[in-house]
Amino acid sequence: MRLSVQDAPFDLGAESLAFAKGAAGAGAVVTFTGIVRDNGGSLSAMEIEHYPGMTERAIAAIMEQAVARWALVDALVIHRYGRLAGGEMIMMVATAAPHRADAFAAAEFLMDYLKSRAPFWKKELGPDGASWVAAKDEDEAALTRW
Amino acid sequence: MKLEVLYFAWVRERIGLPRETVQTEAATVADLVAELVAREERYAMAFADLASLRVALDQELGSFDAPLAGVREIAFFPPMTGG
Repeated sequence: MRLSVQDAPFDLGAESLAFAKGAAGAGAVVTFTGIVRDNGGSLSAMEIEHYPGMTERAIAAIMEQAVARWALVDALVIHRYGRLAGGEMIMMVATAAPHRADAFAAAEFLMDYLKSRAPFWKKELGPDGASWVAAKDEDEAALTRW
Repeated sequence: MKLEVLYFAWVRERIGLPRETVQTEAATVADLVAELVAREERYAMAFADLASLRVALDQELGSFDAPLAGVREIAFFPPMTGG
């Protein structure tokens, strides 16, 4: 398991390849990548704030739950913070398991929990100024399915 | 007791500080919030709607009725928007 909270961009291809090659015993690898939506060109940047220390602890706890629940060989979470432009990759999740059902389910679980239980806050900067992205009720509701 | 109090996102912007050290005898999170609100208008603005806020005690999510005994760091922030 590896988690990284970083301001620097990551190389999706290199990370995915290294993860898949290193997942000994896996028969399935699922990767998910989150990308900054440019809202039809109206977004000039997104600023991601986080809570150093708690962020790493919260993500580690979420990953431990996933490992306890599904037959995972390995898991990876990379999440960026700081100022990002539209089209940039914000984060990625990868899961490796003997069979694909566990890899898909664990990846969705990680995404649902990262969205509303990891201390990140997004602010959109556009031509009309800046606004904090509000949490959605459906994001909280998504947790109940687990 | 001395508490490190941290603010994030629009809570930080409304209060105008990312963090501060607070000397308090508050028994619970809610008591601490009441003390802060009584200080200045900017705190009252930030804590106007507790339902729209979350709290973490020593970097673990907690509740507003949680006791502060033994806590060193407390953080207030809006619902998280990661992913």
